[in-house]
Amino acid sequence: MTKLFEVPLYPYKWSPDQETSAPVRHPVVIIGAGPVGLAMAIDLAQQDIPVIILDDNDKVSVGSRAICFSKRSLEILDRYGCGDQMVDKGVVWSHGRVFFGDRQVYNFDLLPEEGHKRPAFINLQQYYCELYLVERLRALQQEGKPVDIRGGNKVASIDQMDDHASLIIDTQGGAYRIEADWLIACDGAGSPSRRMLDLDFVGRVFEDNFLIADVIMKADFPTERWFWFDPPFNKDQSALLHKQPDGVWRIDLQLGWDIDKEEEKREENVIPRLKQMLGEDVEFDLEWVSIYTFQCRRMEKFRHGRVIFAGDAAHQVSPFGARGANSGFQDTDNLGWKLKLVLEGTAPESLLDSYGLEREWAADENILQSSRSTDFITPKSEMSRIFRDAVLDLSESYEFARPLVNSGRLSVPCVYDTSPLNSDDVDGLPARTRPGSPASDAPVGEEWLSDRLGDGFKLLALGLEIPERSDISGLSVEGISVADSDIGAELRSRYLGDAGAAIYLMRPDQHVAARWTTLDWAQIETALNRAIGKGKAA
Amino acid sequence: MTAHITKAQLRHPDDFYADLLEAHEGRSKAESDAFNARLILLMANRIGDPDELKTLLEAAAKTKHPE
Ligand SMILES: Cc1cc2nc3c(=O)[nH]c(=O)nc-3n(C[C@H](O)[C@H](O)[C@H](O)COP(=O)(O)OP(=O)(O)OC[C@H]3O[C@@H](n4cnc5c(N)ncnc54)[C@H](O)[C@@H]3O)c2cc1C
Repeated sequence: MTKLFEVPLYPYKWSPDQETSAPVRHPVVIIGAGPVGLAMAIDLAQQDIPVIILDDNDKVSVGSRAICFSKRSLEILDRYGCGDQMVDKGVVWSHGRVFFGDRQVYNFDLLPEEGHKRPAFINLQQYYCELYLVERLRALQQEGKPVDIRGGNKVASIDQMDDHASLIIDTQGGAYRIEADWLIACDGAGSPSRRMLDLDFVGRVFEDNFLIADVIMKADFPTERWFWFDPPFNKDQSALLHKQPDGVWRIDLQLGWDIDKEEEKREENVIPRLKQMLGEDVEFDLEWVSIYTFQCRRMEKFRHGRVIFAGDAAHQVSPFGARGANSGFQDTDNLGWKLKLVLEGTAPESLLDSYGLEREWAADENILQSSRSTDFITPKSEMSRIFRDAVLDLSESYEFARPLVNSGRLSVPCVYDTSPLNSDDVDGLPARTRPGSPASDAPVGEEWLSDRLGDGFKLLALGLEIPERSDISGLSVEGISVADSDIGAELRSRYLGDAGAAIYLMRPDQHVAARWTTLDWAQIETALNRAIGKGKAA
Repeated sequence: MTAHITKAQLRHPDDFYADLLEAHEGRSKAESDAFNARLILLMANRIGDPDELKTLLEAAAKTKHPE
């Protein structure tokens, strides 16, 4: 059987750009067709911004790589028009077991909060995620959207100008040059763009290696997440077993830093370990083995003039908590609408600096979370190990200790508490939807709030009546009025609390920009100006 | 803040102290360390309040012990 990741999806094709005398200028060029570059292209194409993606390869990612896609990512992918494919294919799970040494200390059933369209997360191989994104791009092309994906196009050099970037691209048909008003580098953790521009990638909070194996079980095996602390088959390290679609199980074995990678990857070393994990008589096939090396770090600035970095190119974290691809989608969601407003002249260029601020802040949060998980999983001192072991020992009999067990905290979207785009909050409304927060989903009548909000700036009026459209600051803002009788328990507790009415100004990436308990159009205009970067500096 | 949290309120200080020592009796250093860690975690959970816990951590850190 040909594996999905062996099929060329966007093979090299000659482009007319390759034989013009002067380089062709494009509004937006994206480097990298990983999940982040593809998502970025969809975001922009849906807004009718002409966009080109360049990738040196022509296939989806080899092996499963990122496997856990969070609710927030699914909400973003819904707006990108491919959430259903992901959820239909993905595995939803809620049961798990935690092992310490050679014993199981407890098992759990995650009971996710009710009243959300999407599950807390799904498991799905990265190659499926990329496939559905490519299919969505093809569908957009069919609709006539201005998007082009060029495989076999390797960016060889970048020249940064004041008002554009100039690229040299190597192909099998020779090298050619293009220019981009805006260049978005989504070229992964090893980002050649970063190197070409001689930019930093600081951090190295910690370094680790993981042996990653995709295994096909030949018999039934439960759809559960198993996590081992310090198991006999991987002393002083951790191990993770996770279900994926197509009967594929993903195994992560933490290896530490000083290892011989080639040696660890050999089947005769891998198979016995896996047998110890799964049980001697469990039959399986090994589909893919790889060693994944990471450091925790981020670029100091994500925007450098006309070049903007997103995804792994901008930040890298440990795999605990699945923050790689998930945070990358939040990057594209944050950048897409801002770039659109800047390109059409509605917002000043400085709005793009808020992309940097917000996403650098988010990257710090992700790095903090994944550092904490790592400190728990791999204690760095004797006392740290004593406490870690105490937590795990207690967790066997006492429920209170289980929330302390940290094998990776699920990726949740960052609240941009310090964003310059936020307006001051008012008293009396729930904290979880304060300015800077991502919208919490909730049922609204027969629909979901996440679907109702969609793209674009929105005014959400609860228990109040506002016009369906208002022209404010050159933007046409849709108003969504929800009558008192349609406000269910979830919407009330998430957006109203004890207040009788509220108005929310929502950004196109479904973060709260401002909110009030009474209607005041002057305040709304000030807040909207602020949210598009036209506000006075605080 | 510290004053209120570190006010004497053990009802039977001598009894508690004796129980604490007894709990450690016959344990190796490693077993005692593990016991203490479990006890701290149980007590922290009983206290629950993050501000109080921070104050207690500070109170312990501020207390000097000659080397
Ligand atoms: C082996 C492995 C295992 C992983 N496991 C996990 C995991 O368990 N959990 C998790 O959350 N994350 C994991 N990750 C990380 C996760 O895959 C990334 O976070 C995610 O892929 C980031 O997406 P991206 O689009 O930013 O970058 P990438 O997916 O790396 O995509 C970058 C793209 O840029 C292209 N490119 C690079 N240079 C050039 C150039 N000069 N010209 C043109 N194109 C170029 C590449 O071909 C590639 O398609 C893993 C990564 C690896 C490598």
